[in-house]
Amino acid sequence: MQLEAIDIGFGYKKNSWIFRHVHMSVSRGEIVGLVGPSGAGKTTLGKILSGYEKPSEGLVRLNGSPLPSKGYHPVQLVFQHPEKAVNPKWRMKEILHEGWNPDDELLERLGIEKDWLRRWPNELSGGELQRFCVARALGPSTQFLIADEMTTMLDSITQAQIWQVVLDMAQKRNMGILVISHEAHLLNRICSRIIDISQV
Amino acid sequence: MISINKRQKTVVISTITTVILLAILVIGLLISNDRIVTNLDSRNLPPSLSHPFGTDWLGRDMLIRTLKGMSMSIGVGLIAAASSVMIAVSLGIMAATLGRVVDGIISWLVDLFLSVPHLVMLILISFVLGGGMKGVVIGLALTHWPSLTRVIRAEVMQLQCAEYVQTSRRLGKSQWFIAVKHTLPHLVPQFLVGLFLLFPHAILHEAAITFLGMGLSPHQPAIGIILSESMRYLSTGMWWLALFPGLCLLLVVRAFDLLGEVLRSFVDPYRANE
Repeated sequence: MQLEAIDIGFGYKKNSWIFRHVHMSVSRGEIVGLVGPSGAGKTTLGKILSGYEKPSEGLVRLNGSPLPSKGYHPVQLVFQHPEKAVNPKWRMKEILHEGWNPDDELLERLGIEKDWLRRWPNELSGGELQRFCVARALGPSTQFLIADEMTTMLDSITQAQIWQVVLDMAQKRNMGILVISHEAHLLNRICSRIIDISQV
Repeated sequence: MISINKRQKTVVISTITTVILLAILVIGLLISNDRIVTNLDSRNLPPSLSHPFGTDWLGRDMLIRTLKGMSMSIGVGLIAAASSVMIAVSLGIMAATLGRVVDGIISWLVDLFLSVPHLVMLILISFVLGGGMKGVVIGLALTHWPSLTRVIRAEVMQLQCAEYVQTSRRLGKSQWFIAVKHTLPHLVPQFLVGLFLLFPHAILHEAAITFLGMGLSPHQPAIGIILSESMRYLSTGMWWLALFPGLCLLLVVRAFDLLGEVLRSFVDPYRANE
């Protein structure tokens, strides 16, 4: 039961590679950190693993088979900028319920207040929006979560609150998490191992 | 002095302009043609209380003629602008979603149409179709879509790459769901604003081509006809024949322009709080 990248390479143009020959894997229930210098392709790798981009070479396997192209994707990605990940013309309630209907307990633990659901995205702050994006990605069919700088722009208390919920959830559902971050403290604290993209 | 914010001002402006335009349209449609029959007793009268816009060389009341002409122009403009917007929306969506070849063809068409002056294209199309009402309306519809097509194409392309649309796909939503729930709501403002901003263009071009004698037939009370006829009598000192209809045309065009502008700032969420 794992998410594997096998000999992955990616470039936006031919013969100009951002990275090549990347091998890595995340098992279910495992929390792995991904670090590397800016522009090394951490986010791109995250997008490839969650099906947002197709690799130029190599393949991604989930439990031994290719990633599904239709239906609810078992690998969910939470972006760094929540403002861009929500439709500005939808109310928060619709955004939250696009994939599944999170229960009240989860919302409460993430600190999502009931009356936020009636608001528009531009009436909430980035940190408040990010809680919605996290809740949206934690659907029952999510087997792996890719957290691309998920809490970078939040204050430390909110960071801790969100990570606590996510880690709890991961343990309960036996979910694997790939944490892309620059924050060494965070990674050392929550990850069982750390991969450096420039060394794989 | 009551202070009003921009939103309230917008509502006031759009209500006033809409009322004016609707009034012109309705009055023009309600007035029967009997009111503009020739009346040789009252020829060439300058503006007075009984004939505010004066009368022409056949004794027809210019106010009534202008109103009828304007309502006709508004009708023609509405049909032409609506069809142009339809063309623009369908071509724009097609260009953005159906792959490179279709995009190439449509972009080339847009460039082609934009590279020829509107009026020349309009005259050619209208002439090929035999002129008259049909020629003008089809000509207007076929020449006013390119710039809006570009806007819609870019908008749809941008939406396709938006993170929330991509996420929607990973959440298991269908293409249809994305088109209806994500894309369409973003296109409605473009659609409406496009309609209102194309309108004055269409009316002016209709008047211009009719003025040049390639558009509507002379017995219809179109504003272009009125203006071109009045040119012949201008040198004899009958200034009112051109002045008032011209001012009315300006007023209507400006009203539509204003309506489009306020509508744009109304529906644009980034400007909604101004």
